[in-house]
Amino acid sequence: MRIGVPRETRARETRVAATPTTVAKLLALGYDVVIETGAGVSASFPDEDYASAGATIGTADDAWQADVVLRVNAPSPDEIPRLRDGATLVSLVSPALNPELVEALAARPITVLAMDAVPRISRAQSLDVLSSMANIAGYRAVIEAAHTFGRFFTGQVTAAGKVPPAKVLVAGAGVAGLAAIGAASSLGAIVRATDVRPEVAEQVASLGGEYVAVPAGEVEVSSDGYAREMSEDFNRRAAQMYAEQAQDVDIIVTTALIPGRPAPRLITEEMVASMRSGSVIVDMAAAQGGNVAGSVPDEIVVTGNGVSIIGYTDLPGRLPAQASQLYGQNVVSLLTLMTPEKDGRLVLDFDDVVQRAMTVVRAGEKTWPPPPVQVSAAPTPVVAAPAEPVPHKAPPPPSRRFAVVGIGAALLFLITAFSPNELIQHFTVFALAVVVGFYVIGHVHHALHTPLMSVTNAISGIIVVGALLQIGHDEPLVTALAFVAILLASINVFGGFAVTRRMLGMFTRTH
Amino acid sequence: MTATTAASAAYIVAGLLFILSLAGLSRHESAKSGNGFGIAGMALALAATVVLASLSISAVGSGLLIVAVVIGAAIGLWRARRVEMTGMPELIAILHSFVGLAAVLVGWNGYLSVEANAAEQTEVAGNLLGIHSAEVVIGVFIGAVTFTGSIVAFLKLSGRIKSNPLMLPAHNALNLGALVAFAVLTVVFVVEPNLLVLAAVTLIALALGWHLVASIGGGDMPVVVSMLNSYSGWAAAASGFLLGNDLLIITGALVGSSGAYLSYIMCKAMNRSFISVIAGGFGNEGSVADDRDYGEHTEISAEDTADLLREASSVVITPGYGMAVAQAQGAVAELTRKLRAKDIDVRFGIHPVAGRLPGHMNVLLAEAKVPYDIVLEMDEINDDLADTDVVLVIGANDTVNPAATEDPSSPIAGMPVLKVWEAEHVVVFKRSMSTGYAGVQNPLFFRDNSRMLFGDARERVEDILRAL
Repeated sequence: MRIGVPRETRARETRVAATPTTVAKLLALGYDVVIETGAGVSASFPDEDYASAGATIGTADDAWQADVVLRVNAPSPDEIPRLRDGATLVSLVSPALNPELVEALAARPITVLAMDAVPRISRAQSLDVLSSMANIAGYRAVIEAAHTFGRFFTGQVTAAGKVPPAKVLVAGAGVAGLAAIGAASSLGAIVRATDVRPEVAEQVASLGGEYVAVPAGEVEVSSDGYAREMSEDFNRRAAQMYAEQAQDVDIIVTTALIPGRPAPRLITEEMVASMRSGSVIVDMAAAQGGNVAGSVPDEIVVTGNGVSIIGYTDLPGRLPAQASQLYGQNVVSLLTLMTPEKDGRLVLDFDDVVQRAMTVVRAGEKTWPPPPVQVSAAPTPVVAAPAEPVPHKAPPPPSRRFAVVGIGAALLFLITAFSPNELIQHFTVFALAVVVGFYVIGHVHHALHTPLMSVTNAISGIIVVGALLQIGHDEPLVTALAFVAILLASINVFGGFAVTRRMLGMFTRTH
Repeated sequence: MTATTAASAAYIVAGLLFILSLAGLSRHESAKSGNGFGIAGMALALAATVVLASLSISAVGSGLLIVAVVIGAAIGLWRARRVEMTGMPELIAILHSFVGLAAVLVGWNGYLSVEANAAEQTEVAGNLLGIHSAEVVIGVFIGAVTFTGSIVAFLKLSGRIKSNPLMLPAHNALNLGALVAFAVLTVVFVVEPNLLVLAAVTLIALALGWHLVASIGGGDMPVVVSMLNSYSGWAAAASGFLLGNDLLIITGALVGSSGAYLSYIMCKAMNRSFISVIAGGFGNEGSVADDRDYGEHTEISAEDTADLLREASSVVITPGYGMAVAQAQGAVAELTRKLRAKDIDVRFGIHPVAGRLPGHMNVLLAEAKVPYDIVLEMDEINDDLADTDVVLVIGANDTVNPAATEDPSSPIAGMPVLKVWEAEHVVVFKRSMSTGYAGVQNPLFFRDNSRMLFGDARERVEDILRAL
C-alpha cells in the first residue's frame, strides 16, 4: 500500500508527519511513501533527504490520493474531499473538541485514526503523541520564559555582585510539567511544582524540583490517569497556595488541562498583579481557555505591572525538527502495530483496545467515543486493597472503652466502699502510683529498655523494707525467714543499681 | 517528730525519688542521673527502715539484719561486676526470682507472726484480721508465681532447658483451674487461717508460675522478662498492703505498672496479643510445618563481602540474638569504625524485640562503644533501607522475614519487620539454614539480592576486617 504525506496547511504549523528517518522505517514495513514536495522544509527536512531515504517526491494530489494519509493536523473542510474513498487518515483530531470535524470526516467512506486518542496504557506509550508533544512543549515553555525573563536562571557570585537564582513554579506535574521542571532546574533555577495528585511528589523530586502540596485534602485520582475537576473546598485551598507562591516566584509555568473541558483557572488577576515586575508566566493551556487570567492564545501580553504572560499554543512546533521526529516515530509505532505481517497491508483490529480507542471513523461510520479503557496509571480498587493485612486492629470504639473504664471504676468503688478506713488510704496510694508508673515511662527511648528494666528491678528490691521490719522479733522461724528475704532482696538492690550504672556508662555519643 | 513520722516522711521522699529515677531512665541525657535518684531513694528508705527497726528489736536481731544486708550486697555487686553483657537477660530474670521469693517469705512471716498466734498478737486489730489474711494469701501467690516464672525464664535464657514452648494438653484449663483454686483457697484461709491452706496456695502458685513461662517460646522472651519485672512489682505492692507500708505500695505499683506498659509496647512491636503472653501462650497454636520450595540460596565469601562494603556508600547493620551468642559485638563495632573511617555511612537498625531482652542489642553495642546516635530503631530506619547499598544481617532471622508482610498465612504474619530486602545487597550471617525462634522459614535467604555468609558471626566479621 502507498502512504502519502501532504504538506501541513495550518497557519504557523512547522511540523511534518514523517521525517527521512521514519520514512525508512515505513518502507521497512513494506509500504511505498509519497511526500508532497516541500512538506518538510519548515522542519529542516529538504526533499532530497526524503528522496535519499527512499521516498517518492510528488504533488499534493499524489500525497492526498494515497491509501494511507499521514498528517499532523486534521484536514480542513476543503481538504477532506481530496481523500480518496477507502483511504485511512492518521492525524491529530481532538474528536471530543471538534464534533463538526468528526461529522465531516464520517460523511466520507474513509477510516480515521486520531493520534491524540491513544489510551494511557503502558503498551500504547510508544504511540502516545500527547506525551511526546507535551515533553517538547514543557521544555520549550521554560526556554520561552528564560528568553523573556530579564535575568539569569542560575544563582551566581560574580565580581560584579551576587545574583540570586530565579524561582520557578510549575503548576501540574504531568509530562509537560515534568519536562518543564527538568529544564528549569538544569538551567539552575529553584523549581517548585504543584499537582492535585500527591503521588507525583517523588517524580518532581527526581527531576530536581520541590513538591508543594495543596494543604490537606482528599486525594483524587481518576481511573483514566488524567486529573479531574476538583471539589470546591479543595479549589479554595489550592487558590490560597497559588496566591502565596505567586508573590514569591519569578516564573510560573501552568500546564493544567482536563481532557474535553476548558482549562481550569489557576492564576487569577489578583495573583498576576501581586507578582514582581519582570516576572514571566507561560500559560501552556492558552488554547483551551487558559490557566491564567488575561492570557491570549499565541501572544505575549504584558500587564500593567510588568508581568509577561506568554500564551503560545504552538510550543511543540517551535522545535519543528524534534517535534516532527517524535511525532513521526509515534506514527511508525502505530503502523507497526497495524501491520502485523510487515507486508505493507494495513489491518485494523477492532478487538485491540488501542486501535479501537483511536478509531474515530471506520469506513464512513462514526465510532467515537470508544468504550472506556481502564488503565494502570491509577491502581484499581481491587489492587489497592490487597489481602486485608492482619496486623492493624481498629482501636475499640469509644463506647467500649467507656464501658471498660466504667466497669473498672464501679468495681474499685465497691471494693473501696466496703473496706475499712486504713485499707482505703492504702488503696488511694496504690491507685495513684499505678497511674504515675504508667505515665512516667510513656516515652522511654528504645535503647534504654534494658537499663530501665534493671533499675526497676533494683527498685522492686524495696521489698527488703518489709523483711527488715519483720526480723528480730521473738519467733526464731520468722527471723530466719526474714533473714533469707533480706539477703535475697539486698542482692537485688545492690546488684540492680550496680549493673545499671555499668550499662549506662557504656552508652556514648559520636564525638 | 517521732521516729515513726520521720520514717514516713523519709518513705514519701524515697517514693518521689523513685518516680524521678524511672522518668530519668526514659532518656539518654538523664539516664545516669535517673540511676542516681534511684540509689538515693533506696539509701534513704533503707536507712529509715533500719533505724526504725533497730528501735524495737534485740541486738541479735540488729546484728543479723546487718549481716544479711552485707552478704546480699556483696553477692549483688560481685555478680553485677562480673556479668557479661550477653548474659544480661539471665541476670535480670534471676534477680526477679529473688524478689518473688522474698515476697513469699514476707507473706509467710506475716502469717506466722499474726494468724499463727492469733490469741497473743497485737499487730492487727481483730476486725482487720480477715483483710490481713487475704493480703497474706495474695502476696504469697503473686510472689510464688514470680519466683518460679523467673526461674524458668532464667533456665530458658541460659540454655539450661529447651526454649520451645511446653504444650500440655488443655493448658488453658490448667491455668484457669489454678486461678479458681486460688480464689477458693483465699476464701477458706480468710475464714479459717491455717498452715495447710497457705502451703497449698504456695504450691499451686509455684506450679502456675512454672507452667505460665514454660509454655512461652524463646522468641517471646523479651516480653516475658518485662512481664516478670511487672509481676515482681505487684508482689512488692502486695507485701506493702500486708505490712501497711505505703513505700512498698508506691514502689511496687510503680514497677508493676511501668513493667506492664513496657511489655505492652513490646507486644505491639511483635504484633502479639498482650493477653496471650501474660496468660502464658494462651491461643498459641504452635508453628505449622512448612515444606514449600523457596528456591536456592547463594553463598558469599568474607572477601567478597569486604569488596561489597568497600564499594558501598551506605551500610545498615541489623543485629539479632545470633550476634550476642557469637559475642560478635566487638568485631562489629571495629567493622563500624573502619567503614566510618572510609566515609561510609554506617547505621544500625534495631528491631524492638531483637535479642532476648528489651533493648538487649543496644546494650551490647554500647558495650562495644558504638555511638548510640547511629543506632536507630526499626521505625526510624525502615524507610531508608530502600536507598541502602548493603545490609548486613548478623544473627537476626524472624525480625527480617519478608513473610511477615507478604504472606498472610505465615505464623508471623503482621509482625512489623525490618525491610532489609529492599536494599540493594543483603548479606546474611548465619550458622546454618535452620529456622529462627518462630520456627518459620525465611524467604529472604532465597532472594536474588541476598547472599549467605555461613559460620560463626564473630569469626566471619573478623575475616571481613582482615580483608578490608
